[in-house]
Amino acid sequence: MGFSGWRVLREGLSGNRGWTPQWRDPEPKSEYDIVIIGGGGHGLSTAYYLAKEHGLTNVAVLEKGYLGGGNVGRNTTIVRANYFLPGNSEFYSHSLKLWEGLEEDLNYNVMHSQRGLINLFHSDGQRDAFARRGNAMINQGDDAILLDREGVRKHLPYLDFDNLRFPVYGGLLHPRGGTARHDAVAWGYARGADSRGVDLIQNCEVTGIDIENGRVTGVQTTRGPIRAKKVGMVVAGRSSQVAAMAGMRLPIESHVLQAFVTEGLKPVIDHVVSFGMGHFYISQSDKGGLVFGGDLDFYASYAARGNLPMVEHVMEAGMALMPMIGRARVLRSWGGIMDMTPDGSPIIDKTGIDGLYLNCGWCYGGFKAVPGSGFSFAHLIARDEHHAPAARYRLDRFRDGIGLMDEEGTGAQHNLH
Amino acid sequence: MRIRCPICGDRDLREFTYKGDAVALNRPGPEAAAQAWDDYLHLRRNPAGATRELWYHGGGCGAWIVVTRDTVTHEILGAVLAEEAEA
Amino acid sequence: MRIAGKGLIDRDTPVHFRFDGVAHQGFAGDTLASALLAQGVRLMGRSFKYHRPRGVLTAGSEEPNALVTVGQGAHADPNVRATVQEIYDGLEAHPQNAWPSLRYDLLSLNDLAAPFLSAGFYYKTFMWPRAFWEKLYEPVIRRAAGLGALSGQPDPDAYEKAYAFCDLLVIGAGPAGLMAALTAAEAGADVILCDEDTRSGGRLLAEDEEVDGQPGHAWAQALTDRLRAMPNVRVMRRTTVTGVYDQGTYGALERVGQHLPHRASLPRACFWRIVAKRAVLASGAIERPVAFPNNDRPGIMTAGAVRAYLNRWGVAPGRRVVVFGNNDDAHRTARDLVAAGVHVAALVDSRHEAQASDAYPVHAGAVLCNTQGRLGLESVTIRTAKGEERIAADTLAMSGGWNPSLHLTCHMNGRPVWRDDIAAFVPKPDMVPGLIPAGACHGAFSTHACLEEGRAAALRALSELGMTAKDVPLAEAEDAPVSLRPLWQVLGKGRAWLDFQNDVTAKDVALAAQENFCSVEHMKRYTTQGMAPDQGKNSNVAALAVLADATGRSIPETGTTTFRPPYTPVAIAAMGAGAEGKGFAPERKTTSHAATVERGAPMIEAGLWYRPSYFPDPGESHWRQSCDREVRMVRESVGICDVSTLGKIDVQGPDAGRFLDLVYTNMMSTVKPGRVRYGLMLREDGHVMDDGTAARLSEGQYLITTTTAAAGQVMAHLDFVAQGLRPDLDVRLASVTEQWAQFAVAGPQSRALLDGLLDAPLDPEAWPFMACGPVKVMGIAARLFRISFSGEHAYEIAVPARYGDSLFRLLVARAEALGGGPYGMEALNVLRIEKGFITHAEIHGRTTAFDIGMDRMVSAKKDCIGKVMADRPGLKGPEREQLVGLRPVGESKEMTAGAHLFEPGTEPVRVNAQGYVTSVGFSPTLGTMLALGFLRNGRARHGERVKLKDHLRQVETLCEVCDPVFFDPDGGRLRG
Repeated sequence: MGFSGWRVLREGLSGNRGWTPQWRDPEPKSEYDIVIIGGGGHGLSTAYYLAKEHGLTNVAVLEKGYLGGGNVGRNTTIVRANYFLPGNSEFYSHSLKLWEGLEEDLNYNVMHSQRGLINLFHSDGQRDAFARRGNAMINQGDDAILLDREGVRKHLPYLDFDNLRFPVYGGLLHPRGGTARHDAVAWGYARGADSRGVDLIQNCEVTGIDIENGRVTGVQTTRGPIRAKKVGMVVAGRSSQVAAMAGMRLPIESHVLQAFVTEGLKPVIDHVVSFGMGHFYISQSDKGGLVFGGDLDFYASYAARGNLPMVEHVMEAGMALMPMIGRARVLRSWGGIMDMTPDGSPIIDKTGIDGLYLNCGWCYGGFKAVPGSGFSFAHLIARDEHHAPAARYRLDRFRDGIGLMDEEGTGAQHNLH
Repeated sequence: MRIRCPICGDRDLREFTYKGDAVALNRPGPEAAAQAWDDYLHLRRNPAGATRELWYHGGGCGAWIVVTRDTVTHEILGAVLAEEAEA
Repeated sequence: MRIAGKGLIDRDTPVHFRFDGVAHQGFAGDTLASALLAQGVRLMGRSFKYHRPRGVLTAGSEEPNALVTVGQGAHADPNVRATVQEIYDGLEAHPQNAWPSLRYDLLSLNDLAAPFLSAGFYYKTFMWPRAFWEKLYEPVIRRAAGLGALSGQPDPDAYEKAYAFCDLLVIGAGPAGLMAALTAAEAGADVILCDEDTRSGGRLLAEDEEVDGQPGHAWAQALTDRLRAMPNVRVMRRTTVTGVYDQGTYGALERVGQHLPHRASLPRACFWRIVAKRAVLASGAIERPVAFPNNDRPGIMTAGAVRAYLNRWGVAPGRRVVVFGNNDDAHRTARDLVAAGVHVAALVDSRHEAQASDAYPVHAGAVLCNTQGRLGLESVTIRTAKGEERIAADTLAMSGGWNPSLHLTCHMNGRPVWRDDIAAFVPKPDMVPGLIPAGACHGAFSTHACLEEGRAAALRALSELGMTAKDVPLAEAEDAPVSLRPLWQVLGKGRAWLDFQNDVTAKDVALAAQENFCSVEHMKRYTTQGMAPDQGKNSNVAALAVLADATGRSIPETGTTTFRPPYTPVAIAAMGAGAEGKGFAPERKTTSHAATVERGAPMIEAGLWYRPSYFPDPGESHWRQSCDREVRMVRESVGICDVSTLGKIDVQGPDAGRFLDLVYTNMMSTVKPGRVRYGLMLREDGHVMDDGTAARLSEGQYLITTTTAAAGQVMAHLDFVAQGLRPDLDVRLASVTEQWAQFAVAGPQSRALLDGLLDAPLDPEAWPFMACGPVKVMGIAARLFRISFSGEHAYEIAVPARYGDSLFRLLVARAEALGGGPYGMEALNVLRIEKGFITHAEIHGRTTAFDIGMDRMVSAKKDCIGKVMADRPGLKGPEREQLVGLRPVGESKEMTAGAHLFEPGTEPVRVNAQGYVTSVGFSPTLGTMLALGFLRNGRARHGERVKLKDHLRQVETLCEVCDPVFFDPDGGRLRG
């Protein structure tokens, strides 16, 4: 039965005894048409769209821990489509459109809130680069507004306009940018996939990928072998390990990105604010915590935790930009494992092995991609052809140099993003 | 995190910058095949465990160092100067 | 109320403070909570969701209920735990999250709607109509959520950061920590002893017990005094170790001025980075409440907190106390209360074997099953074998056992193990390398066991450090065994709170399980259990137990969530201390800074440097006037510009030339001494990294320049190539950027300017374009380079930085005498655009030598960094966007950098985009706007027309594509 305000009232009146499991915990079958490795946001959305868009429901999602336990459960919840290079531009634009209909589609309130995102700039050169970006966003059909210093002040009066080390020249406002409740996205997709017949199998770690004559035939798991005609790998944070089971080496290094949340506070920050000069961004959750983060720690790590130099750098950037947050207390810090590709953009592609598909390399921007990534990956798996908005996310682009998407301009080789 | 620079001794992470897998030392020749260059510059073993990697002591002596470190525990297992490291 | 003669407060020093607008008096040594309790104030806060009235639950930093705002205006400090805040004269504390008042809070209506606000209800509703989420529902939710409020003003107080190093860090100064510190200190180790409390002793401060025949607190004080007197010990009170990081690095927050009225001279807090070879964790344990219906009213406290208020602060939290527990601490509490003359109405012990007492009625095998009272406890209902019975009481002390404070041991992802005998999680060995848990945090609950474990931990640390321990005797102390029967939840009508702060009840956890949020992480995230400011310190284990029960698993099978830093919340201002305003990043100033500012030049940021934007002349009111004049000045006479910010790297050694051949695309080994060559550097991925010049000063010495922005990156890169790729080459590198002040002298009069300034005039034959060499200025050795970024006959002259200020003033004076003067970044930019010279606007990281028309600079005769990858199919060819010049040819003359290029007549949408504009400027020389940009296959399209479109600024301009060199294309002026 669907979720609605009426149902909340009705169940409330009868002691909330009528709520049922939001997804089943089925035993794995011995064979599926499609096995998706990874029950994070991207894996769950892939399964959902396989069922919904392609009618493929003999599908299992295999998750080694709990559903939504990867980066979808440990990010800073920002949703945006402010990319400017061909490939990224159309992909994130498509993803944002899916976001805008997600509650209705999933019958799940993921609290997507288009609070507006402002990227600040601090020199003429940065303004020019953001103008190029904003124009590309409008070329793509998305929205962007170039704010001057006074325009920024109207939106963000609490910034340090008088004394900031890198004065605010202006900002690029992306009105449709915003945030969502990250866990709810995973749960909404899980519930939607499950209700369409997909088996979501938790505590089931894939330990091997079976390949015969260049074609995938199934997977080995901690809960026994499972045969499959097609297998999709969607395991950000473990991509290299899982791909190695198929004999592949990926253009990925795993890095740690830390994030922080403060104690709950009354509303004080309405937008998502990004301070590129300080590698700092911040928003405030509906619960009242300031949610913020910075740059990678910049060393390979699978520890999902970081060290003090970046912690302090992030706090310093916050104090520099908006000293009014000084008395907010950091409640919790954590780290996520980032699949970093050489050019900072993701991969959605076939592999050299028939029936084996790859979705990885989301760097530190995977959350906003969850709907688009699942939609495009489902398309690729179901039809064996690239979905147009994700057609440039090729695995071989590094070898050939064709269609590199280096949004930051820091380079198309490792450890520069 | 603290790294033992072979020249300066035990120093804080903030004095160092990172360049990733020490495979970067094994630069192929200009005639090497495209695959060799792809391997060199892009494809990574990316282990969850001990790895050899390059760090630059830019906030100290300017040495490039090959550090052996566990990417799961962050334990540092050794450090030698890049110019003395075996490629 | 106070109890005469009890407590560690200084009754001779009264302290006056205000809470909720009412004046109160306490004593030195009081916390806000103890002082308010002494005054009979029980209601101190409201809960997060249901706005339930709440009072003090604990006596420590884990307090979930009594959160207040201290101070006003910009000094307002939200979410302060009343249990930790020491009172001082003039302290003002305010209730928060209540409107209109703490007693009458409108949002307590939420409590009535509780059936509809169960766990995760918001995921199921507020979806229709769609627009209402952002317009109505969410704003209402946001306003209701949150606890205290930020002032919205910059934090006016000072904070500091500091480093410390030691052999042994001892975390916690209770019996275990004190013993560890003493053992290590006696062995000569450098010891830091931290405790979050204001004085050492830990639980000894809260208990009525003797150590070595003296009161426990006195023993602790004496030992602390002894430690403090030792030169190798630093005792840090009010210091909480907040996080564990790699290789023995610990974060710690010292509250420096937060407990004092006059703190202008003191920072509020100091954030410490402590590097310790070993550490002992002696952080104690936290008593856990029991979940029974309505267990959250003001007056309901943990039993340990009741004893703390009684014994440490001499406060009886009420007149009629009921004690409820599942262990012997309940009896200890009742005994202490009776001894202090407080009436114990009942002791309710869930264990059937509970011992009777003469001093108070004991109900064995009974439980609390409800409570009553609107703004504070009035009575409790107990359930015994005989049925339910109501007992009047204003205070309930509850004890569900203790949870070791093992949080720091989990900061590196370690998971604790379950111990059935104490029904608690304890740390496994070596969860953090070098961190040894001891005492209550390790599950050792008697004072004797704590002392013993503290000593043993220190001995282990000393032995690992190779230090010899001395014999340190153990003090005499109680050694009672733990006697406890697990009791997590009492079923009954009504809600039983687990997470007091986030209003998570046992029913919420059960509902989560009912909806298959059975993983502990799912339950946490669905119910928000453990996500409040106490991070589940009071509630996580009980919630786990309730979940285990609901899912038919054991507690260890159910698992735990992860504890992460910080242990207690830390102000952003403390960890970010010093970064406000200009403190965020270094300010680099050139030697001409003072002279430039004297001339009224606005300074702009160039990376970390400051450079002048332009030099306004009297009468000029717009930057364009100054810029145009400065450009004309350089084109017509001579201009001076400080170019010291460019990176300068001294490259020396017999193999310097071969080395530079590898890092530059072009050949540098063939440059003759006394000559300069322009060079391009690629990253190994084949894109342009930087450009600059290489001047060969002598056979074995080059001086190369980098752009201002890339100086650091290039230095690291060259060091890598030298040390990592070609250690066989005999070459040495040194950055000399700051050692030399360097000035461009540009324009037709540049030689005239230098002749007469230099000790010998320049011989034109010896100084052709791209020459370099030593010269002297007033006897000072200087370097001269005949190079040009303006397209004019120009030089750059470099002197040791200490002469920079004088030389700049001299150069400017001479230039002015010749009709020239200084010029700034705006003019420099226009001059280089006129000449089609690139900056990082063009080499923005995604462009190749091919794209900027310099592929012929990639020497075919040798290898270089990036050469192979630049040859990849995707990095060259007509599909690439190539550098072009653009000039307006239609009605609109406006050009903007960041605009995109389209073929005229096509829709300005992504699929039609042909390129973009990188740099624009008005050329006074040519009398028109000019632009540089990248256009698909642009070099083949000179003469074509394209549409420049800037949606953001509503610009649309028809442009002609042309060569990027707009002015003096054959370079006659440069060479002449």
